[in-house]
Amino acid sequence: MARSTGEDAQALFHSLRSAYAATPKNLKIIDLYVAFAVFTALIQVAYMAMVGSFPFNSFLSGILSCTGTAVLAVCLRIQVNKENKEFKDLPPERAYADFVLCNLVLHLVIMNFLG
Amino acid sequence: MAAEPRWGSGGGAAALLLLLLVAAASICHAASNFLPVSDAHRSAALELFAPVDGSFGSLEETSEALQSFDILGIERRTNVRGSTCSSAVEVLGSSSSPVKDVFYALKVSSLLKCDVRQSQLEAIASRLKSVPSDASSLNDFYYSIGGLVLIKNQIPVVDVLLEDADKVFQAIKALSQSDGRWRYSSDNPVSSTYAAGMALETLAGVISLASNEIGQSRIDAVKNDILKLFDSIEKYDDGTFYFDEKVDGVGPLATTSSVVQGLTAFASTASGRVKLPEDNILGLTKYFLSIGIPGDAKEFFNQVNSLSCLENSRVSVPLILALPATVVSLTNKDKLKVRVTTALGSRSPPLKVKLVRAFISGSKDASVIENQELIFDSEGAFHILDLLPTSIDVGKYTFVFEIVLQDSEDAKVYVTGGQTKVPVYISAIIKIENAEISVLDSDLGSVDTQKKLNLGKEDDVSLAANHLQKLRLSFQLSTPHGHAFKPHQAILKLKHEKAEHIFLVGNSGKKFQVILDFLGLVEKFFYLSGRYDIQLSIGDAVMENSFCQDLGHVELDLPEAPEKAPRPAAQPDDPFSKYGPKAEISHIFRAPEKRPSENLSLAFLALTLLPFLGFLVGLLKLGVNLKNFPSAPVPAMFAILFHVGIGSILALYALFWLKLDLFTTLKALGLLGVFVMFVGHRILSHLASTSSKLKSA
Repeated sequence: MARSTGEDAQALFHSLRSAYAATPKNLKIIDLYVAFAVFTALIQVAYMAMVGSFPFNSFLSGILSCTGTAVLAVCLRIQVNKENKEFKDLPPERAYADFVLCNLVLHLVIMNFLG
Repeated sequence: MAAEPRWGSGGGAAALLLLLLVAAASICHAASNFLPVSDAHRSAALELFAPVDGSFGSLEETSEALQSFDILGIERRTNVRGSTCSSAVEVLGSSSSPVKDVFYALKVSSLLKCDVRQSQLEAIASRLKSVPSDASSLNDFYYSIGGLVLIKNQIPVVDVLLEDADKVFQAIKALSQSDGRWRYSSDNPVSSTYAAGMALETLAGVISLASNEIGQSRIDAVKNDILKLFDSIEKYDDGTFYFDEKVDGVGPLATTSSVVQGLTAFASTASGRVKLPEDNILGLTKYFLSIGIPGDAKEFFNQVNSLSCLENSRVSVPLILALPATVVSLTNKDKLKVRVTTALGSRSPPLKVKLVRAFISGSKDASVIENQELIFDSEGAFHILDLLPTSIDVGKYTFVFEIVLQDSEDAKVYVTGGQTKVPVYISAIIKIENAEISVLDSDLGSVDTQKKLNLGKEDDVSLAANHLQKLRLSFQLSTPHGHAFKPHQAILKLKHEKAEHIFLVGNSGKKFQVILDFLGLVEKFFYLSGRYDIQLSIGDAVMENSFCQDLGHVELDLPEAPEKAPRPAAQPDDPFSKYGPKAEISHIFRAPEKRPSENLSLAFLALTLLPFLGFLVGLLKLGVNLKNFPSAPVPAMFAILFHVGIGSILALYALFWLKLDLFTTLKALGLLGVFVMFVGHRILSHLASTSSKLKSA
């Protein structure tokens, strides 16, 4: 039973990986970026858990910068994905321009909040 | 263009401050005693207008000093004639000196009677006569006409008459406004009360210089303007009137003075009377008197000159009723004296002063005296109230006087302003009787020890008491007429070497009494036994024998202090140390938050860089390339600029974090943003078009 569960899991992972290998390269780049942002946020949370949240606004702006940019990247991914029929007419360049603009606005606010 | 010639701005501020003080004082009590110009003014004039190195300064200052001396009847002690005359003649001799300087030079030379050649005066007269025909500003009119009037008064032989006086009159009148104010020039829309005064004086000059008479209708129009100007007069509570200037830099004193000079000059040259309300003229006079003695030469001149204008005017001469002393002592049998003079202190025409009524200030009670005529003492020029009725006791009263002119002809010349309210203090030595201090036994109320006191003289009683006893101090106060008297202050003070305590002495009728029950006071006395010095203060403004006297001491035997009894505040060793520097206040700042060790923070900094590293490694693994980067030079340039732009915006954010403020950041961001938007649009649309071409191909 246990063995079969392990095998199933392995099989599941395998199929997932092979399916993921088929995703276009630009989407993979975005995934990588999202992972980078999420990990940076996690490290900051770990830091806060260890030493306390004294410059609380700095901590908040760090976390929010990472999660914000990750969310924006996810949005970009949704819009760029060719299989998403909803955004078929939207050129990826336009989506990228939105992403850049939103990031700039986000970070202006973050910098203001950073203190 | 501004009113600078007759007024310095610094003086304006000082005058305003003075007026505020006067206003503040006048709000407190509407009745006030305005003293006429006296010898105090004369000595102040000698101090204010003291020549330095044989001169009073500029010709303008010299003329003001000389005029003030003439008005006050002061002999010129210092000889300034030689040097001043020579500088005046120098100005008059030069054909290029400004009209204003010529005006003051003429004024000084007429005051000092300098020797100016007639030919020189004729040359100046012809020069001044040419000024009004093409003058556009009020200052030009004022100084040229004023100069001509001075020449006319000095040497009547010189021809100064204006042929086109009517035209000049009209040109000046054209500057007037509908509200009675005047403009300084035709291209300056601001209307000014100060300018109105100057204009009236100038018009008066034009009338006196006219070779043909000015039309009566024109003069009536100006009189109408004066009445309109007086609609804007302002009033203080004590019955003083003044003009205020809406234009900055000119104080009410200078403005009022200008109007008064203009008004009186116009009234004395124009035919027919200028009818103005009597209380306005009297109020203006009182306004100038209410200032007292100004500390500034310019203000002093304005005050004295205006008062002299009012006194010598044809409008009406105000009479000022003043009390040389507003404190009348019943004990000394003082008589209430009233003096009626003109504002400058010269004698009044024969008249009677009536005391209409007198009442206690601040009370609604009926008056204590009614309708008494004062007796005139021709020797001292006083009007004396011979006998104060017994109904007048000590206290603060308001007396209401009325001036009745004996000759009905005088009533046309003088204004008396109806009734005058004056505050008067009636003081006396207050009788103190039955003063005694005693120690009582608390439970029975029987007297243990009793000592007579000799209040107002010397006392040195020594008493002893314990906490079960009481101390009683009593005395009676009565006025010379035998009425009860309640002073402002009746205070008993007990002084121990470590603490002092103050008690108010209450009264019932004539009798004042304070009883100190030591049983209830032990805590207040901090259980401190020992010697207490007794001090009694009784004081009032109308009590001539107010005193603060040591009565002696009482030896108090109080129980031991319990554990938690409060301690007396430590008294400073030196009673004056309370005026010394205060103890330094040490500020407590919030303790800084605990910070983690630097190494830990640096380690985490490195750790945050790890995902980035992972990101780069991942990119390499994915085999990312820059093949899509445009190769044609123009799009490539746009692509580079786009990335540089985004980089610079991020750098700007970093700067914003480090040192810039939000405003500079936003300004720079606006510029950079437009730039990035432009190049970004170019490069991205280029990329989009190439990819769509690829697709379609």
